[in-house]
Amino acid sequence: MSFDTALIVESLPKMLMGIGLTFQLLVLSAVFGLILATLLMLMRISGKWWLSWPAQVYIYVFRGTPILVQIFIVYYGFPQLEVIRESVLWPVFREPFGCAVFALSLNAGAYVSEILRGGVLGVDRGMLEAGEALGLSKTQRFVYLTTPIATRLALPAYGNDIISLLKSTALASTITLMEMTGIARTIVAQTYAPYEIFISLAIVYMVLTFLIQKLVARIERHLGRYTLKEG
Amino acid sequence: MTSDAPLIRMQAVGKRFGNFQALANIDLTVTSGERIVVCGPSGSGKSTLIRCINRLEKHDAGRIFIGQTELTDAMEDLNAVRREVGMVFQSFNLFPHMTVLKNLMLAQRLVRKITRQEAQDIAMHYLERVRIPEQAKKYPIQLSGGQQQRVAIARALCMKPQVMLFDEPTSALDPEMIHEVLDVMVDLAKDGMTMICVTHEMGFARSVADRVIFMDEGRILEQAPPLDFFQNPRRGRTKQFLSQILQH
Repeated sequence: MSFDTALIVESLPKMLMGIGLTFQLLVLSAVFGLILATLLMLMRISGKWWLSWPAQVYIYVFRGTPILVQIFIVYYGFPQLEVIRESVLWPVFREPFGCAVFALSLNAGAYVSEILRGGVLGVDRGMLEAGEALGLSKTQRFVYLTTPIATRLALPAYGNDIISLLKSTALASTITLMEMTGIARTIVAQTYAPYEIFISLAIVYMVLTFLIQKLVARIERHLGRYTLKEG
Repeated sequence: MTSDAPLIRMQAVGKRFGNFQALANIDLTVTSGERIVVCGPSGSGKSTLIRCINRLEKHDAGRIFIGQTELTDAMEDLNAVRREVGMVFQSFNLFPHMTVLKNLMLAQRLVRKITRQEAQDIAMHYLERVRIPEQAKKYPIQLSGGQQQRVAIARALCMKPQVMLFDEPTSALDPEMIHEVLDVMVDLAKDGMTMICVTHEMGFARSVADRVIFMDEGRILEQAPPLDFFQNPRRGRTKQFLSQILQH
């Protein structure tokens, strides 16, 4: 097998043209996913069955089906529905980008809500009781005590999920989006050189993953500064 | 509140956890300035008793009054009552993500709604009283157990409570740190703070308490001034308990 280094040098910049789109997919889905996850988690821990039950069903459905299928359902299925075509959201679902962000966000929301719930459950009950005994309201305890500590506890698993989401953005190429993987597939179709292209693509994803890891580790250190004995 | 009106009144209070009767028919009146030590074997309901007073546990029989206010499900402002009742826990329960100073300021700012400067002045005042003002900028994990418990006492005092509840405040401490926490509690008692203290520190009970209460199986079996309590325990169960904890 010959390995065409010149081809890599030539196609890397082309693939990197798609990095902007990859980032947009990642950042938007991460943000919407986190908002959705927070809502789902609050519903889940509310102690009210009519809030917790729908959240559990939602989480089950989105964790129980492949994300690729979810993307296809949104992209191919939604335009068939008249209510969607006539709604204000049609401009979103008319475009593959909107469909991809929508599907990725819904999926991330399901996974991240369980990560956040794990963080909340890890917060020391005795410490919350101290807050209660001082007269802090339920909301105040949640905002000032539970949230900062749960955030620290959930961060390592959350970082893992963001890395996973980065790679899920590659699936957007299946609905015509020209992010990095989409561009790579086009180049392969033109050059018949799958090894060179896909291996360089893999390396780009690894570099991005490395950067995310570093960023998360930095935030972890910052949030965990009060867990070190030496000040 | 006049000094002869009872600060806390418990009338026939009961509490169950499932099939376990944690408290049964508790009658207790605490007047302002009184210092009460509660002792008894583990599982006797001592902690549940004081946790009912600030409603960390809800009693399911009888009535509890803090001043003129009755603790009920329907009460409008439980947090206003909690502000009057300070509590110190066995495991300190400081807020780990905040410095000592922030630990002391949080509830003052959120519940008493005073300015940052005022809250900080009060916090530093009480840190000096528990003799660790130099630790203000540290995080709880950087302090020893005894220091953490003193911070917890200062944090409760910052709310200017009318009564302080102590739930085995020295049980989680290494022996050499117990005295520094007890010293602070003795100071508080000297200043006239109303205190209810669950503890097995019988030396503390002897020197500070007005009344020692002995509990077993959710009931108050005996209560008496310390001298009387230690020298002439009336009940066999009390004698047995005292001989067990005093023999070493």
